[in-house]
Amino acid sequence: MKIGVLALQGDFAEHISTLRRLGVETVEVRLPGHLDDLNGLILPGGESTTIARLAVAFGLMEPLRDFGREKAIWGTCAGAIFLSKDAKRDQPLLGLMDITVQRNAFGRQVDSFEVDLDIPELKAATRTEAPYHAVFIRAPLIESVSGAAQPIATLPDGRIVAARQGKLLATSFHPELTPDTRFHEYFLSLAE
Amino acid sequence: METITGSFAVKKGLAQMLKGGVIMDVVTPEHAKIAEDAGACAVMALERVPADIRATGGVARMSDPGLIEEIMKAVTIPVMAKCRIGHFVEAQILEAIGVDYIDESEVLTPADDAHHVDKHKFKVPFVCGARNLGEALRRIAEGAAMIRTKGEAGTGDVVEAVKHARAVMGEIRRVQNMAEEELYTYAKEIGAPIDLVREVKQLGRLPVVNFAAGGVATPADAALMMQLGMDGVFVGSGIFKSGDPAKRAAAIVKAVTHYNDPAILAEVSRNLGEPMVGRNVSIMPEVERIAGRGW
Repeated sequence: MKIGVLALQGDFAEHISTLRRLGVETVEVRLPGHLDDLNGLILPGGESTTIARLAVAFGLMEPLRDFGREKAIWGTCAGAIFLSKDAKRDQPLLGLMDITVQRNAFGRQVDSFEVDLDIPELKAATRTEAPYHAVFIRAPLIESVSGAAQPIATLPDGRIVAARQGKLLATSFHPELTPDTRFHEYFLSLAE
Repeated sequence: METITGSFAVKKGLAQMLKGGVIMDVVTPEHAKIAEDAGACAVMALERVPADIRATGGVARMSDPGLIEEIMKAVTIPVMAKCRIGHFVEAQILEAIGVDYIDESEVLTPADDAHHVDKHKFKVPFVCGARNLGEALRRIAEGAAMIRTKGEAGTGDVVEAVKHARAVMGEIRRVQNMAEEELYTYAKEIGAPIDLVREVKQLGRLPVVNFAAGGVATPADAALMMQLGMDGVFVGSGIFKSGDPAKRAAAIVKAVTHYNDPAILAEVSRNLGEPMVGRNVSIMPEVERIAGRGW
């Protein structure tokens, strides 16, 4: 199993460190050639406008879209925005997932938060029972899903914070910032 | 289910999202848009860039909250602002208007000659400058969730930033090679809490994100700081005091991503126009240097 992490900007090192703890071979992806031979790709947290501009500048948009049509991609926070069809704002998007996201949906940094979530699909996939502790940093919200996209995690008030569409996964929160490796294990099961 | 805001994890977490990115000083909403369009991962909103603070002289204070708010409205990326060292009321004001990060900065005139802000008391995260490991760990003990080199701001001379980055990285390497019982005396020598010294030994890095700042003016300067082990780069006067700010800003963003690829660095360094004029720190009188501010 070889997983790439888009390393244009953001917390790609945190994803790589979690993947290594799970014994997975990792590749930092900065140019289209780095996508060769990967089983899956993670789009990390960071600033979605920065990541998108760099992806355009280095010719990554089409190669990433081609990759996502066949293989697993997981976007966390900025990565989820980049995966979406609509971010309600003029910025380059991969448009791979049938989700509409609202950027900075919870306010500014002082409103960033941590909360325990009950995620049945994650518990079933990893055969565990514990709630999932999620960290939201200036996080986007998945305002709506359509087509083949399904919500897999919601806040207690019902707002969607994670969705899956086949092998594509989007989370508003940052599993790479916590020691709990279950979300990465879940993604690896999609990439297999 | 309980929701927690203002925890150290979310404070440090925002800095983690800025990694591999460039934070640019801006003095108007128009500058802020140029920075965002060039790929900045955040902006620092202020009335004057450090080069102009040096030229103007006098007492440099927190910027007008009205100006900072205009910049916050102009962009979707995080907005930082500076308060004076120890000026916890300026920090309270910046928190009240909702800035995303506060830089307790030596670039402004210190308000307290012995104490820094107790940053644990705030929900908004703080970044602080440091010249060495001891200073970095003292700031983290006070609650800083991000560290940067001090460099010598507003000069366009990268030598001090290199000195501070090498000091911190070298001291971390030394700590990693120390025996447990040697850490106590070392902690005393560098004036840092023993728990944080132990954590550095265990992690092999600072427990928070560490950016370069102070004197970065070119894509090559930015890549140099990244190769020295910094997590990202602040560019102050270097962009908007240059001949073609938009082009230089975009080039520095690309250089930070591809810091290990000399062919791309050569490509982005071409035809950038005039860099900021710059001042040679080695012949600068001691009284004009600001990196020494901080305790």
